[in-house]
Amino acid sequence: MDPFRIGRASGINFAASKDNFCSLAFTAKGMEFLVCISKAPDTTTRIAFTDGDTRFNEEGVQFIVNPYDEWYALVRALEIVEAQGGKVVIASVGGADCDPILRKALAIGAHEAVRIDAQPQDAMQVAAEIAAYAKGQSFDAILCGKETIDHNSSAVPAMIAEHLDVPCIALATSLDYTDGHAVLTRETATGIEKISVNGAFVLSAAKGMAEQRIPNMRGIMAARSKPLQVVAAQGAATGTSIEHFALPPEKEGVKLVDADNPAELVRLLREEAKVI
Amino acid sequence: MKCIAFIQTKGGQATKASLEAAGFATRIGETVAVVSGDLNGDGGLGAVGVNRVLQGAGDLDDSQLGRLVSAAAQQEDASTVVCAQDHLGKSVAGRVAVRLGAGLVAGVTAAPEGDSYTRNVFSGKATAQIKGNTDKLVVTTTPNAIGMPAPAAGTAAIEAFNADLGERKVNILEAAAPSSGGRAPLPEAELVVSAGRGMKGPENWGLIEDLADAVGATTACSRPVSDIGWRPHHEHVGQTGIAIRPNLYIAIGISGAIQHLAGVNGSKVIVVVNKDPEAPFFKAADYGIVGDAFDVVPKLTEAFKAL
Ligand SMILES: Cc1cc2nc3c(=O)[nH]c(=O)nc-3n(C[C@H](O)[C@H](O)[C@H](O)COP(=O)(O)OP(=O)(O)OC[C@H]3O[C@@H](n4cnc5c(N)ncnc54)[C@H](O)[C@@H]3O)c2cc1C
Ligand SMILES: Nc1ncnc2c1ncn2[C@@H]1O[C@H](COP(=O)(O)O)[C@@H](O)[C@H]1O
Repeated sequence: MDPFRIGRASGINFAASKDNFCSLAFTAKGMEFLVCISKAPDTTTRIAFTDGDTRFNEEGVQFIVNPYDEWYALVRALEIVEAQGGKVVIASVGGADCDPILRKALAIGAHEAVRIDAQPQDAMQVAAEIAAYAKGQSFDAILCGKETIDHNSSAVPAMIAEHLDVPCIALATSLDYTDGHAVLTRETATGIEKISVNGAFVLSAAKGMAEQRIPNMRGIMAARSKPLQVVAAQGAATGTSIEHFALPPEKEGVKLVDADNPAELVRLLREEAKVI
Repeated sequence: MKCIAFIQTKGGQATKASLEAAGFATRIGETVAVVSGDLNGDGGLGAVGVNRVLQGAGDLDDSQLGRLVSAAAQQEDASTVVCAQDHLGKSVAGRVAVRLGAGLVAGVTAAPEGDSYTRNVFSGKATAQIKGNTDKLVVTTTPNAIGMPAPAAGTAAIEAFNADLGERKVNILEAAAPSSGGRAPLPEAELVVSAGRGMKGPENWGLIEDLADAVGATTACSRPVSDIGWRPHHEHVGQTGIAIRPNLYIAIGISGAIQHLAGVNGSKVIVVVNKDPEAPFFKAADYGIVGDAFDVVPKLTEAFKAL
C-alpha cells in the first residue's frame, strides 16, 4: 500500500521526493513532519485594545509559542522523529516579529524553520499560505495545535487539509506509527475513537498528545545556527475582517453565603439566578 | 437569504448543539438542514423552524461531510452555511469554507445582528465583531451560547440527497463511549462541578462526584489536577484546556488563576467554594462560600438532594 497515493492522486506534491517503497523510505529517511506554529500573547496577558478598539494593543505584551502548538504538536512530532528518524520543520505565517517564537521552537528541538512572510489576518489566509508551502514538499503529516489562544477559531487545520485533499484529524489526543501507518485517537461528542489513516494527513493536537518540554541551554545554543528560511507569501485572500473588539462587562460582585447554610445557596441558584 | 445548517445526529436525533446552530440559521434566513445517515422522524428539526432536510449517506468522514454540505449549499444557492463549533463541526466548517471560497466566522456567541457576528477572542477575555469579506459565509455557533428559538409547530420534510463524496480516508478501528460517561460532554454541559488542587488528592474526588450527581452536572478540573494525573486530561478546563460556558459553574478549591478563568468566564453563573477569602476566583464569581471544601461540599450535596 502506498501511503502517498492520496496526495499524488489529487495533484499534491506531498510525496514528490518519495516513491512507492514507502517502508524503505521510512528506514532511510524517517518521518518528515510540518508543525504549524503560531505566535500568541502570554497566557497572563491583560487584554487591551487601541485605535478605537480595532487593534490588539501589543505594548508591553510578552509573546509565546501558542501552547497547543508547542506542548502537543511540536513535542509529539519530535518524539516520533527521535524514535524513528526524520525531521521536523516548523512553519509560521507572520512577520519578522515571529522569529523569536520560531527560535524558541528550534531550541525545543525542531530541525528547520520556515516563516511565510505575511501578517496573519484570518484562518482562510493562513491556511491557504501554509497549504501552498506544503504542496511542494513531502511531509508525512502536518501537525497543528487545536486552536490559537488569541483567535480561538480551530479553523486552520481543516482548511489546510481541504486545500491538500487529505484527511484532518481534529482534536487528536495521540499519534503513533505502526509499520508506517498512522494510528490516532480522538475524542468526539459521540465517543473516543481509535482511527487509522492511509497517507498524508493534517491533525490538530489536543491535551494528552504529549507533555510540555522546557528547552535546555544546549538546545538554545543550537537553535541559533539552525536554518530559519523566510519565504514570500502568495498573497492569499482573507475571508473575514474584525470590525472592533470589546471587553466583557465586569461582574457585579460576589454574593457570599454562610458556610453553614448551603441550602441558602441552592435557594438563590433556583429563585434568583434561575439556573437550576 | 438562504442558509444551510449542517446537523450532527445521535440516535437519529439532532444534537443540542446542532439544533442551536439550525435555530441560529433560521434567524438569518430560510434554512435547509443537511444530515448524514439515519433520522428519527425529522430529528427535532421542524421544531426549530427548519422546513426541509437533505439526507445524505451515513458513515462519512470529515472530508466527505465537507463535500456533502458544500454540494447542498451549491444546490440551494445558500449564502450562509451554519454548523455547531463542536468536534465535528470544526472539521466540516473549515472544509466547506475552502470548497465554497467562503470566509469562516468560528464560534459565534450571540444571535445574528445584520452582517456582523459576535465571537469570543483571547480565550474569552474579549469579544470581537466580525464581518465576512466573501459572497458566501460559513458560521459556526458556540454550544450553549445562543439559546434555542421559540418552538415552531411544523415538521421538516426529508429529501434524499446525493453528491460526489469521494472516498473515505479515515478508518475507525475502535470506538468507545465518551469519557464523560452518562453525563453531558463538557463543551455542551449546562451544569458543571469543577475542582482544583484544594481537594488535596484524587481519593477525595468522591465528594465532587457526589455533588455532581446531586446537581446533575458534568465534572471538570483545573490544569494542575489533570497534569498530576488526579483526573483525566479531558476534564481540564481553562485557556489551555476546554473552554466551557455552562449555565452554572461550581468551582471548588480552585484559586481562579487568569488561565483558568479564561476557559470558564463565559459561564452564566459562577459559584466559588474556597477556604481563602482572598482567592482571586471570588472576584469573578456570582455566589461564594468561604469555607473548607471537606466541610461545605457534603452539606451542599445534601442541600441539592433536598430539592
Ligand atoms: C501557559 C499556562 C497555561 C495554563 N492553562 C491553564 C488552564 O487551562 N486551566 C487551569 O486551570 N490552569 C491553567 N494554568 C495554571 C494556572 O496558572 C494555575 O496554576 C492553576 O489554575 C491553579 O490550579 P488550582 O486553582 O487547582 O490550584 P491552586 O492555585 O493551588 O489553588 C488551590 C486553591 O484551593 C484552595 N483550597 C485549599 N484547600 C482548600 C480546602 N480544604 N477547601 C477549600 N479550598 C481550599 C486554596 O485556597 C487555593 O485557592 C496555566 C498556566 C500556564 C503558565
Ligand atoms: N499564523 C500562523 N502560522 C502558522 N500556523 C498557524 C497560524 N495560525 C494558526 N496556525 C495553526 O493553526 C492552529 C489553529 O489555529 P486557529 O484556527 O487560529 O485556532 C494553531 O494551533 C496553529 O497550529
